[in-house]
Amino acid sequence: MIDILFFAQVREIIGVNSLQLSAEFNNVEALRQSLCQRGARWALALESGKLLVAVNQTLVDSDHPIKAGDEVAFFPPVTGG
Amino acid sequence: MDNTKIVVDAAAFSVGDEYQWLAQCNADGAVVTFTGKVRDHNLGDNVSALTLEHYPGMTEKALAEIVVEARERWPLQRVSVYHRIGAMYPGDEIVFVGVTSAHRGMAFEATEFIMDYLKTRAPFWKREATEQGDRWVDARDSDKDAAKRW
Repeated sequence: MIDILFFAQVREIIGVNSLQLSAEFNNVEALRQSLCQRGARWALALESGKLLVAVNQTLVDSDHPIKAGDEVAFFPPVTGG
Repeated sequence: MDNTKIVVDAAAFSVGDEYQWLAQCNADGAVVTFTGKVRDHNLGDNVSALTLEHYPGMTEKALAEIVVEARERWPLQRVSVYHRIGAMYPGDEIVFVGVTSAHRGMAFEATEFIMDYLKTRAPFWKREATEQGDRWVDARDSDKDAAKRW
């Protein structure tokens, strides 16, 4: 099982805060592509251009592996400060 | 005594209290602080309010990692980072970064480094209310460039 979280514009566009998946994915990019299949809004929100991804609360590249129990978060570029 | 203070909270902070905590370190002669405020305008529009969303857990972790990296680059005694979340209004203080070091050069640099990294790596998102409605604030390339120079 992996926990998936969405923040800011990404969360707003798909209308989902979080979900759990039991399927297995090789890496972050495979998961992203699978989520994009859920519909036009998902594909728009998860367009890879500027999207950031964190695994277990650390920013990672798209080829980062995913294993059971991981927390994966998708969000837009950050704008704090 | 823990020499690093990281707070992410909806409550306002006191620059005076933060300074007092930093200044208790008598081994260091330099205290540099930065305070970021909510502006009343952005991209030509009046801004009436700002809402800060964040990623609970990762936010604190990201800030802690940034401070660790700053400590590897400069000899710092005390470091304080405070970032507010939730609803804020023009003039409100939103972020505070303060460091102490032996001399001012290192303290200025470390403060800038922490802010530059915070703006590109800590998971906060601003949403501003304008006369044209609410909108998410876009990330700036200039912030990305500022973080690259370190």
